[in-house]
Amino acid sequence: MSSYALFLGCTIPARQPNYELSARKALARLGIELIDLPNMTCCAPPPVQSIDLEASLSVAAYNICLAEEADLNLITLCTGCFESLAMANAVLKADKHLKTKINNVLSHVGKEFEGSKEVKHYLQVLVEDVGLEQIKKTVSKSLSNLKVAAFYGCHALRPSELLRFDDPERPRILDDLIKVLGADSIDYRNKLKCCGGLLRGYSDDLALDLTREKLSNTSEAGADCIVTLCPFCFIALDIGQLQVRSKFNDVYEMPIVHYSELLSLALGTAPKELALEAHKIKIDKIISKIT
Amino acid sequence: MKTLKEERNIGLAFSNEVASRLGGETVTSCYQCGTCASSCPVAKITPLFNPREVIKLVLLGEREEVLSGDAIWLCCSCYNCQERCPQKVEIADVIYTLRNIALMEGYVPDIYSDFASALINHGRLAKVSMFVEKKRSVYGLPLLTATGVEPLRKILSAIGFKELQQKKE
Repeated sequence: MSSYALFLGCTIPARQPNYELSARKALARLGIELIDLPNMTCCAPPPVQSIDLEASLSVAAYNICLAEEADLNLITLCTGCFESLAMANAVLKADKHLKTKINNVLSHVGKEFEGSKEVKHYLQVLVEDVGLEQIKKTVSKSLSNLKVAAFYGCHALRPSELLRFDDPERPRILDDLIKVLGADSIDYRNKLKCCGGLLRGYSDDLALDLTREKLSNTSEAGADCIVTLCPFCFIALDIGQLQVRSKFNDVYEMPIVHYSELLSLALGTAPKELALEAHKIKIDKIISKIT
Repeated sequence: MKTLKEERNIGLAFSNEVASRLGGETVTSCYQCGTCASSCPVAKITPLFNPREVIKLVLLGEREEVLSGDAIWLCCSCYNCQERCPQKVEIADVIYTLRNIALMEGYVPDIYSDFASALINHGRLAKVSMFVEKKRSVYGLPLLTATGVEPLRKILSAIGFKELQQKKE
C-alpha cells in the first residue's frame, strides 16, 4: 500500500463532494492511503500567481514543507493545485538561488523547503503505483457501451518541462485510464483546447465561448460524457452548460464526469454513495449504460 | 520628437524591468515569430488579446498601454504559447509578471481584489461554508483539517503582500 499526504485544496471541499467522495473511495479500494495533514493552506494557483509570483512560490513551498515534515509525497485531485505545487517543487529543486530566497521567507513561519518530496496528480498515482493491469482486474462493471470524451484541461499538461505529467501535445494517460475501464475513449475536434475556466469572473463572455466550443465538439463526436481531472474544468463545463443555455439558447445535455466517478462506478460503487446530486447536468444517462 | 536612441532606451527600460522580475526573465528573447498567437485559444476568438502583441509592446517600452490595458487579464493561462515558443520565452509567466506589476501600480480588476481578500481572510480562494462542512459527515467524508491561515498571513506579510493590498484600497 502506498501512502500520500492529500492536498485537498479549496474548490473540492467547498463545492464538489462528488469528486472528493469518489476519489477517496476509489483510491482506498485500490490500496492508496490518503492522509489529511493539518495546516495546509491555499496552493497559490494562477489567480494568486497573477497577484504575486514570489508570494505564490512561497505559499506553495510552505505546503510542500508540511508534507516533507510528515515524510510523505503529496497527491492532488485538483489540477490547479497540482500545477502550482508541482511547478514550485520543480523550480525550487532546480534553482538554488531562488530556493534560498524562498527559504528566507519561510523562516518567518519556521519552515525550510528541502526538495525531498514529489507532488503527483492522482491519475499519475493510479498508473504508477496501482498500474493499469491491476485496475483492469478490479473493475466489476462493464462500461463498454460508453463513448467518453477525455478532457485533459491545461494545468496537468503544461508547462510540461516542469510538470512531467504526460506528452503535452499527445497525452494518453487519461485515455488509457478510460480504456482500461472498458469504455471507448473517442477523438474529437480540438481535444486539447482550454475550457476557458480561468477567464470566468474576468470575462465570462470569452470563457463561455470556449466552453460552448468544447460542448459542441464533444457532442458532434457523439460523446456520452466528458471526463475531467480538474474541478475547474468541471465547473466550466457543468455549470457553464447552463450558462451557455441561457446566453445562446444552445441546449446541451452533456454529462460532465470526474475520472474518479467513472472509476468508482466501474469498481461497482453504488451511485447513491457518490453524492451525484452535485452535478448540474444529471448523469443518469451514463449510469443506465453501465451494466 | 524622440531620437532613435531615446526610443530604444524607453523600450529597454521596460523590458529590463520585466526581465529583472521573477517570471519575466525570458521576455527579451522574443523574435516575434507569432507561434504563440497561433497557439492561443483566446486570440482565436477575440481581437482584444494576442500574446505576440503583448510581448511586442513590452519590448517597445509601451509600459502604460500594457499595464493599464485589458489584454494582460485576458490570457487564460493555458500555457500553449509557452510550451511551443521556439525561443523558450516563458510567455504565460511573463504575463503573470505583467499582472504583478500592474497590480502594484494600482490597476486592480475587481475579481483579483476579491481573490486577494479571500486569501488573506480565509487562507483559501474558495471558502467552505458551515453548511457544507456539516454535510461532510452525512456523506461519510472525514472532518476538514485546520487551514494554516496564520502561517499564510505571516508569509504574505514577509513578502509585502499586505502593503500591496493597502495600496489597492
